[in-house]
Formats: sequence, structure tokens, C-alpha cells
Amino acid sequence: MKNNIKLRKFHQAKWDEEVIFELHHPGERGVVPPEVETNVSQETGDAKAIIAETMQRETPPALPEVGQMRVLKHYLRLSQHTLGADINIDIGQGTCTMKYNPKINEAFVKSPKSSELHPLQDESTVQGALEIMHRLDLAFREISGMDYFSFQPSSGSDAIFTMASMVHKYLEVQGKADQKDEIITTIFSHPSDYAAVSVKGFKVIMLYHDPETGRPSVEALKSALSERTAALFITNPEDTGIFNAEIKEFTRLTHEAGALCCYDQANANGILGITRAKEANFDMCFFNLHKTFASPHGAGGPASGALGVKSELVDFLPVPLIDFDGNKYSLNYDLKNSIGKVRSFYGVIPAVIRAYAWVMSLGAEGLEEVAKVAVLNNNYILEKIKKIHGASAPFAEGQHRIEQVRYSWQQLFEETGITIEDIAYRMADFGFHLWSSHHPFIVPQPFTIEPTESYSKQELDEYLLALEQIVKEARENPELVKTSPHNSVTHRYDETWLDDPEKWAISWRSYQKKHPEGIK
Amino acid sequence: MKKAHPYIPNSVPEVQKAMLKEIGARDIEELYQTIPENLRFRGKLNLPKALTAEADLKRHVFGILNKNKDSEESISFLGGGSARHYVPAICDEINQRSEFLTAYAGEPFEDHGRFQSLFEYQSLMAELLDVDVVNVPTFDWSQAASTSIRMAERITKRGKALAADTIGPDRLAMIKNYCQPVMEIELVKHDQQSGLLDMEDLKGKLTNETACLYFENPSYHGVIETQGQAISDVLHEKGALSVVGADPISMGVLKPPARYGADITCGDIQPLGIHLHFGGGLGGFIATRDEERFVREYPSRLFGITRTTVEGEYGFGDVLYERTSFADREHGKEFVGTATALWGITAGVYLALMGPKGMQEVGEHIVQKARYAALKLNQIHGVKSPAFNSGHFKEFVVDFNGTGKNVQQINRRLLEKGIFGGHDLSRNFPELGQSALYCVTEMITKDNIEKLTDALSDYLR
Repeated sequence: MKNNIKLRKFHQAKWDEEVIFELHHPGERGVVPPEVETNVSQETGDAKAIIAETMQRETPPALPEVGQMRVLKHYLRLSQHTLGADINIDIGQGTCTMKYNPKINEAFVKSPKSSELHPLQDESTVQGALEIMHRLDLAFREISGMDYFSFQPSSGSDAIFTMASMVHKYLEVQGKADQKDEIITTIFSHPSDYAAVSVKGFKVIMLYHDPETGRPSVEALKSALSERTAALFITNPEDTGIFNAEIKEFTRLTHEAGALCCYDQANANGILGITRAKEANFDMCFFNLHKTFASPHGAGGPASGALGVKSELVDFLPVPLIDFDGNKYSLNYDLKNSIGKVRSFYGVIPAVIRAYAWVMSLGAEGLEEVAKVAVLNNNYILEKIKKIHGASAPFAEGQHRIEQVRYSWQQLFEETGITIEDIAYRMADFGFHLWSSHHPFIVPQPFTIEPTESYSKQELDEYLLALEQIVKEARENPELVKTSPHNSVTHRYDETWLDDPEKWAISWRSYQKKHPEGIK
Repeated sequence: MKKAHPYIPNSVPEVQKAMLKEIGARDIEELYQTIPENLRFRGKLNLPKALTAEADLKRHVFGILNKNKDSEESISFLGGGSARHYVPAICDEINQRSEFLTAYAGEPFEDHGRFQSLFEYQSLMAELLDVDVVNVPTFDWSQAASTSIRMAERITKRGKALAADTIGPDRLAMIKNYCQPVMEIELVKHDQQSGLLDMEDLKGKLTNETACLYFENPSYHGVIETQGQAISDVLHEKGALSVVGADPISMGVLKPPARYGADITCGDIQPLGIHLHFGGGLGGFIATRDEERFVREYPSRLFGITRTTVEGEYGFGDVLYERTSFADREHGKEFVGTATALWGITAGVYLALMGPKGMQEVGEHIVQKARYAALKLNQIHGVKSPAFNSGHFKEFVVDFNGTGKNVQQINRRLLEKGIFGGHDLSRNFPELGQSALYCVTEMITKDNIEKLTDALSDYLR
């Protein structure tokens, strides 16, 4: 195999595009709604006669008036100012699982047979939609070992919140809700494992990692567990890509304390068919359909957190469940201990349809291949990054990782003063994302790479080449990095406008009030 | 695997070998050495045979989807939280663009377009709602209403909330779960004739511990609440906030809640250029005035406009990022994560296309068409329509109690004629007996209404 990798001479589209309000030309129309038939309006009188005077809008909304083609052009240009996974080698947004989202799946969700289904239609008219939800439920039961899946939660964080709600309800039914009010999580689990359970009123205890292994110890868990423990919320592998080998001991001890074990499977891409929630004795788990199961991220949603539970917890799920009597699918609202609703209707069905199609394209063997190649790609990248002077992979020295690694530029920073932000900005000049990672900021100058199964070795090498190039620049021409990006859509921005109440402008009208002098 | 799967380029054996060599591992199995044997799943997942050929997959999935009968091939009077409005072609064109569809969490430079389009969405919604601050949309209206109530709790530091008993039942179930046990929720009654909020009941239940009242306008029953200002005044006198759920497609004709004292406005953007998707097309907005004590309590992303190092260049970024759980899991407000950005971009496109006149025209159309349908239904023997003697927007309750038939029977008959009758309210509003919620948008023609009334007259004769 030849390996003629070179850095691209990249430059992103840059249209210097106006804000939509600046395209306003009085009288232009973008689209015209249908007119009311004459004999209808004759019978009803005009709208003003129907709406009480006190409730009528006095002045029309100051929306821009723009012709149709110009609106299209405006948004197409903005789309070109956006770097989707379809276009770049999107391995730098670790924890996000930026994999290929098959185009055929878009044909399914664009079809009126799914897009034009109203959620309150008679069950007999939506048998196909319910069947797909049921079939994906069956597949997920296999993949996780759980007994039933609900697709109602709208994201991973929402699934965490839903699990916390079920834990609360479960304890309430047992009469223990007042006594058991603490949830244990870990620092390298997703921030929402802390934040979303707090919304439900739980006090959260956070386990820190052992500085050597990078994962929480059994001893740390033991000292956190008490009669007040309601549940354990944990990611495995954690956001470091380190698998907690003692997880079964974690769940055993948690159960022993009379608490439930809730598995955040946001990081499932490297373990499909390899290890399951069931074998680790979890009571609940969830999969992110927009991550592991190839539903597109949509610039930040809509998404789906498919929530799986053991049979004894089915009764606590949000309503409705989907029942199948072997012949007909139906919605079941009759759940004794249901927490109620975590979203209107049944969930983000387009994500469910895409996930189903993705699983069907791969089958058992394919899913396992996804996991294995994701892990192969990750360890390949790990090996290469360890060789980049200035970068490191803290914790678990000498061990292989699962599907991602949280790295550090600390050494490079100490030697050159170049920060992760600088590098992330400079990566944009080569057409790449490099994410500086979300909370916690324990690993200094952190970055997280998750190559998934979707990119070829050639592409991984190209991404690595860009990192190596920037490290070289950091030593030889740091100004170039510090003033980047140079080939992206815009440049470094004034952060005081985003944090100062006198200056922040969260809408165009606010901008016009606070900054009458304008930018242009 | 025998063949490389099209989605997995590195399943080619020679490539794997080369990569393993680089890593210094014998095989991929070795890379899993940190997972103990007792946790390994050694069986074979019992899944249907893979349909790796795209042609086979397409046939299979459409084979299932085609069992559905959709709203486009029927006449649908269904609403109740999701309604079929016209979706301009450009809305679909933009939200299917690879760049937007597959973007996620890039920086404001290379994802400038994502930031700008969502800033524009916020700005367009701000004009529609007559406020200065709108969030990057959350999951749906239920979430938006729940978060609005929790924001009111943090702003007022009071632990009780009131909610009108005419709000959507899904939303009420969601609000209860989202707020309890931290907050208490109590319902305020409505007037049986008009469907409007019962002011005396509100005054009786409002105390110095009340954080807010949440009500919807139009109500779940489509009733236009006319006492908006009076309600807000009563609340403000007690130091409580006025939180209003509104339908954005009504805003071309109805007064924005902020104009009658609402402190927080929330609702769903699905009517603004987004398909039904069996309930998957929802997106929740939250809107307030630009006051620091309000802005600080949003859990959502808020994109702001700023300047860059280059003269005359716009930049966009997160306002007060420190508020969010991305920045601080312990002190962040509620939680933030993947929500419904793509629908936010789409709703922005919709508002940019519609402009002020389009929003006014569509609002007028809906008001008139719904009124027309209600009057026509009222002419049918035994039917009372609308059940509440108030002005309505888009939806209204049809009372079938005098027909001797239940809604289930009626809707079954309508279905045979290719009509999706109004949503049966008997489960969630038993006090209304056999009543249904009819939804009439600009997609319903006079002809459609005639088909409905003909079918009903025929059956209820």
C-alpha cells in the first residue's frame, strides 16, 4: 500500500454573508401562504372579528422581507460556513462519535410514510412506525441484555434524567425516597451524570480517578456508599477511553447498599457485541442513537437516548409502552408506577428509524466489526500521538484503550506557550475539528480523539499529519498558531461581548440597541 | 467478515494487519485486554440477517413503513401538540444539507454558519415574540415549559408553581415529573363555559410562596385567553412570574405574551416549517426579556453576536457559557446537551421566508378556517361546536355528548372515509365526556371540511 498523504491546501468558503435582517427589502416575499376561500371568509368575517380586541397583535413582527431565492442562497452560504462530518475527517470531537450517517437512511425519514405521520393517528394507521420501534427494541435487548427499551428520552442527558426519575419513583414506591437521596457518579462520566440527576433533587457524590489507573477505585466507591445511596450513574468506558475492569464489583457493592445501577452508554461504540450491561449487572442503561447508532447529529439535535431496563423496572418507564400481541402493535398507557412523561408523544422517531436501518445493514457480525475497527483505529491513533513530541495520553500507561483517548498538550504548552485552543483554531485551517473537551478540566490542555469505524487509515494519517504540522509550527513559528485561524470563515472574536450584560446581544434587535455603531 | 462493509473502510484485512503492526498487537482481540473475561459476551447476538446491500435494506425498511397511512394521503384534523402546517420546500432543502445535518459541536470559526443560523433563529423568534432573548431550542414544548417553571423557581427562590388545568396533558405529566420533588405543582381551574382561566380560583391559590403560574394561550382546547394582562397583574402583585405557553404560528395575529405581562414565554417550533415525524418534529423555545437575572438562569445554549480581530467581520459564540453544565457540572443550570438545533435552523428559514406578511396571513387563515369548521360542525344534529363559547385559534373542542355515539365510534367511521377525526379527549379530560379536539390549519380546504361534515351528518343522522 502506498501512503502518499499530504496536507491539503484548504480554505473554507467565506462569503462575508450578511445577517438575514440586512437582506430586508420592503415588499419582497419568500413564500405565500394559501388564501382563505372567499365564501369561507364571507361566513366568518375577518380574523379581527374573531379575536378579542385585547388579544390582537398591534404591530406586525419586524421580520425581514426577502425574496425566495435570496433566502435560499443565504442559508446555502451559511451551510458552506459549517463543517459537517460528511465533509471533514471528523475524529477530533471525542465523546461525540462522529461516524458516517448513511444517506439511504435519510430517504426513510424524508418519506411521507414517516414524516407525515401524526402522533395521535389511530393505531391501525401507524403499524409500520410502531413495528420499527418494536424491532429496534428487540435488537437493543440483544445488544444490551436488558428486557425492554423506551425511545421517549430526547438525548443522552435526557435519558440520564429519565433514569434519575425512575430511581426516585422506585424508592418512593418502597417508601425510601426520603432516606435514599444520594447518587454516586465519576468525574470522567459525562457532566450530565451529575447535572441531570441534580435536577431531580439528588445530592451527587463524585468519585475521582486513581492518578495511575485513571479510573475510580473500589475503595473510593466503598467510602462513598451508605444507606443514603440511591444509585450509581457511571459511564464505561469513561470519557478517557479507559474501561473499568472492576465494574462488576462496583455494581455488586452498589446493589448490596440497596441502590440501583444505571449505565450511561454514551461510549458504547467500541463494545458492541463485546460486553453488555447485563453481564455487568446493571439495572438500566441507554444508547445515544445520534452517536453509536448513526443518526446524524443535526448541528446539535434532534437526538435520542434509548433507555433500556430490566423487567422489574418496566413498570416505572414513561408512558406509553409499545405492546405487540403477535399480530398488532398498540400503545399501552396502563403502567402502575410510571414516572409519567419525559417528552410529548413517543420520542424522536426519525432517529429510531435510522438506527433500525443501521443495525439491519450491519447485523450481529457487522456490529461487532464496528466495535473492533473503532478500537483498532483508536489504538492506532494512540500509538501515533504518543510519538508526537509535546503530546501525551495521561493514565493507564502501556494499556490499550477502547474507543477514544483524552490526551494532553501540557508538555507542548510548557515548552511553547501554545494552548489547546490555539491548536484547535489552527486545525480549522486544515479543515479539521479539534475539540477542547467539556468539563472536567482535570487533564491539562485536554483534547479527545475518537476515530470511530468510519474513516480509512489514509484519512487518519491525514489528520495526524495536521497535528504534527501544528506541533512543528508551535516551535518554529508560534505566531502563526497563536493568530489562527487564517483559512477559516472568521477569526478570533471578542469574548467580552459574550460575557458582559451591557454588551451581550442574544438577538439582532438587542445588537441594534446595545451596539448602535454596528460592526460593519 | 467476508466482505468489507461499506460503512467500515478499515475492515480490509491487509489494512488491519498494517495497523496492528504499528500498534504492536497480535490481533484486535488483544486490544480488549482491559475487559475481564467474565464481562465478555461470547455468544452471538440474535439479530436478523444483515441487509448489507443497500437495495435490500431499502426494500425491507420501506416494506415496513408502507404499512403506515399518513396524513398527506388522508384529511387530518389532528392537533394537540403537533399539527400539520405547510412546510416550504426550502426548509427541507436546508435541513437536509450535509453540512448542517452532520455538524455537531465545532468551534465558532469552522462552524460559523451553524452559530450564525441559530443566532438568526433566536433573532427572528425574538421579533415574533417581542422579546430580546430566545434560547437555542430545547427538546420540545414540554421541556421548555418545565424548564421555564424551574427558571421561575430559581429567579424567585420560591418552591411552588401553579398551572392552568387547560394545559396539554403531556406537558402536565412532564412538568410534574420534571419539577417534583423539588417543587410543588397545583392546578388552577377554568370556567366551564368559556374555557378561560378562573380568576377567583387563581387568587385563592396564589400565595407568597408561588414562583409562577404557567398557562397556555391558546389553551390546549384552542381557547384564546383574553385575561392575559389581568392574570399577569395579579401574579406580579404577589411577586410571582407569569409564564405563558404560546403557539408561534399564532403570533402574526395574536398579541405576544410579553405584551400582556409574560415574564417567560415558551412553546414549540414544530409549526414553523417542520414535519410531524410521528411526534419527532418538536422543538422547544424559551423567551424572556434581556435582564441578567433571567439570562443567568437559562440552562440552554444562547448564541450571541460579537466582533472579531478583523474589522467589519461578524463573530458568534456562546453567551455566559459558565452557566451551563458543559462548563460546570456541579453549578450549571439544570443540564445542557444535544437538543434540537436542526429544527431551530429550519424554523429560522421558515420565518425568513414568511416575513411579517406571511405570518399575519397564515394566522388570519387559521383563525377563519377554524371558525368556519366549528360553525359547520355545529349544524350537525346533536353536535355542539365549539364546546367553549370563546374565540379560538387553530383548535377547538367538539362536543358529541348529544349524538348518542362515542368519539371512538365516530372516528372509526371517519377513518373509513379517509378522515382522521379530532383527538378523543375522554381519557385526559373525562369531565368533557365524549368530546374531541379538532385542529384546522391552513392545510385544510373548504372542501375537506365539507367531506367531514357530510360524513358526520350521514353517520349521526
